[in-house]
Amino acid sequence: MTDSPATNGEDIPLEIHDLTAGYYKKPVLWGIDLQVPKGKLVGIVGPNGAGKSTLIKAIMGLVPPSSGWVKIFGKPYQENRRRVGYVPQRESVDWDFPVTVMDVVMMGRYGHIGWFKRPKKADREIARDCLDKVKMLPFAKRQISNLSGGQQQRVFLARALAQESDIYFMDEPFAGVDAATETAIIALLHELREKGKTLLVVHHDLPTARNYFDQLLLLNMRVVAYGETEEVFTYELLQKTYGGRLTILSEVADAVGQRAK
Amino acid sequence: MVALLAFVPESAWAAKIGDVAEETSLGQQAARFFSFRDPSVRYAVIGSVLLGISCGLLGCFIVVRKMALVGDTLSHAVLPGVALGFLFSGVSVSGLFDWSFDVDNITKNPALIFAGAVIAGVAGTLLVTTLKQTTKIKEDSALGLTLASFFAVGICLLTMIQDLPTGNKSGIDKFMFGQAAAIGKGDIQLMLGVTMLIVAVVFVFYKELLVTSFDAGFARSIALPSEWVHHGLMLLVAFAVVIALQAVGVVLVSAMLITPAAAAYLLTDRMHRMLFLAVGFGVASGVIGAFISFLKPNIPTGPCMVLGASAVFAVAFFGGPRHGVLTRWWRHVSRSKRVQRENTLKAVYQVLENRAAQPEDSVSLKELAERRRETLDEVSGQAQALKQHRLVTLHEEGNKILFTPGGWQLACTIVRNHRLWELYLTNAANIAADHVHDDAEKIEHILGDDVVRELERMLDDTTRDPHGRAIPGFADIHKPFAPSASGPSGYGRSS
Repeated sequence: MTDSPATNGEDIPLEIHDLTAGYYKKPVLWGIDLQVPKGKLVGIVGPNGAGKSTLIKAIMGLVPPSSGWVKIFGKPYQENRRRVGYVPQRESVDWDFPVTVMDVVMMGRYGHIGWFKRPKKADREIARDCLDKVKMLPFAKRQISNLSGGQQQRVFLARALAQESDIYFMDEPFAGVDAATETAIIALLHELREKGKTLLVVHHDLPTARNYFDQLLLLNMRVVAYGETEEVFTYELLQKTYGGRLTILSEVADAVGQRAK
Repeated sequence: MVALLAFVPESAWAAKIGDVAEETSLGQQAARFFSFRDPSVRYAVIGSVLLGISCGLLGCFIVVRKMALVGDTLSHAVLPGVALGFLFSGVSVSGLFDWSFDVDNITKNPALIFAGAVIAGVAGTLLVTTLKQTTKIKEDSALGLTLASFFAVGICLLTMIQDLPTGNKSGIDKFMFGQAAAIGKGDIQLMLGVTMLIVAVVFVFYKELLVTSFDAGFARSIALPSEWVHHGLMLLVAFAVVIALQAVGVVLVSAMLITPAAAAYLLTDRMHRMLFLAVGFGVASGVIGAFISFLKPNIPTGPCMVLGASAVFAVAFFGGPRHGVLTRWWRHVSRSKRVQRENTLKAVYQVLENRAAQPEDSVSLKELAERRRETLDEVSGQAQALKQHRLVTLHEEGNKILFTPGGWQLACTIVRNHRLWELYLTNAANIAADHVHDDAEKIEHILGDDVVRELERMLDDTTRDPHGRAIPGFADIHKPFAPSASGPSGYGRSS
């Protein structure tokens, strides 16, 4: 009876319980509890060093958690990784790398193709479709260093689309892109949401955050508030998120980091 | 001279590289080398080809992962392992605690040397990782420290081996700078096995190697174990280094990893092409090195191979079709020449415009020199350049300049570009009219047809520029034009 889908969380795209995580044992995030429902476009906002990227990385196991757990559609990340799409920060890679736009988008298929095997024709067609969706198909054969910042971001987005996932994590997809790309990206995010996908997007610009997202996660080392945008986007809560450093939490984090060394 | 070769009895073919008679010419020696009749030449060439393949393939990943220093450290760190592996061949084990060491039993056992070197390489890599993770020492210092300390231990051990009372030190003294001639049958078998392994791994795991190299975070998000791919790659690099040691030597083996791959990186934008190119360059430099050391046996093979690789890199650096230094310089020169031609052409146009003259009219050198504020000699040279490109014809001993139809069209286009751009900057970008000229001077030469059409669409009135001069339109550009074949007409004759 407890195995019914409703109770084991298979319909909950993302559930986080008491997650504490950080780098070199120095915690950046404290006791995160979160439950994101299906088909929501969630903006993660907070000041610099609030742990926005770390949260995404911790969910995907790129940063080891020191306590707590994460479930994707009711299962640990490793078991449901094919249902997860990821857009890392644009600066995290070397854009002089000798690959074409098409090669990068094809990497989105690698998780589905599996070890040893080569991409098939079907994979190539999916990759082409995804490039077309971000209006980058004419650039398919271009080497990636010849792209503008906005075009690079679109390529990363196309790669995530090629993953054909149900939940997407995007790390600052709007950072350093032109206005046209920003509009195109937000339209694409809305389209994905209409298809029932769940999207968590790290965002650094407060004024636009209000218009872009259904829900907001206000983060500053811990969850300050999470809920519908109109409920959460209040002066008090934003003040609480951005107003000053959380002195005690950072001091304890420093102390824990010291002891770990 | 070729007949000389025929007189040499078959049995006289040298068993060792370099035992060739001194009096034969370069051509004959090349013929002999590439006939592969001597077993040692065969071994040396096969060995060079194999090390070129394995180093070229792995070098590509080292270069794109920015791990060149790691490769260098690894190649130096294997030296103590080589020496210990050599010494270990003198150990005979007859029981668990019944080991005996006999100097006379020491032989060059490729398998033992390989094992020792790989263990030392792994130990070096572990030391670097430990230093990095447990102290605040950064990677570069950790690498430098490990490289030097392991290398020092290796040198001490090698010197000890040199002093051992055994006659069987064949080849161990060549590990420093390499000697292709010292490659034996056992070495070749080992090299073949390792190269086949490396080729197979790169072929089978190409996809995984590519994505972990490009974006390790993304690779981990799709559950590819980036760390394990990294460790596996490092192990393969250690293998490649060890099989290359005999031919290239410890000191320079990292160059065979990095240089062919770096040259390939300059020449292509695709990873798989880079792999093929690097293998080609690696094999070429390996064989060149083996050949030079065949001609001059006193020179160690390693430096010869690395010289070959560096030569390949130099060609890629200077002559690469897209990024080569010479290519770029040539493009720059031809562009600035074109800009100067276009500026002269524009000056001729402006002289005619100021005189309200017709395109068919002539301009004297003196007028042009005044307009350009240059000497007669300078503008004379520019006029000659225009003539060479059939943009103008010169008359009266080069003193009169007449547009050809092509020259007139180009001049109109340049002036039109310049004035449209000025108009755009003042109208659309609200820049003051006296600020726009210098910018337009540069832009006029690079505006493409698309941008010009875009400008025309955005600007309502394109008849006059911000300074009130007429902008040549299509009617002017395609004006029926009758160049006088006989020379300049009466108008504009210099007084």
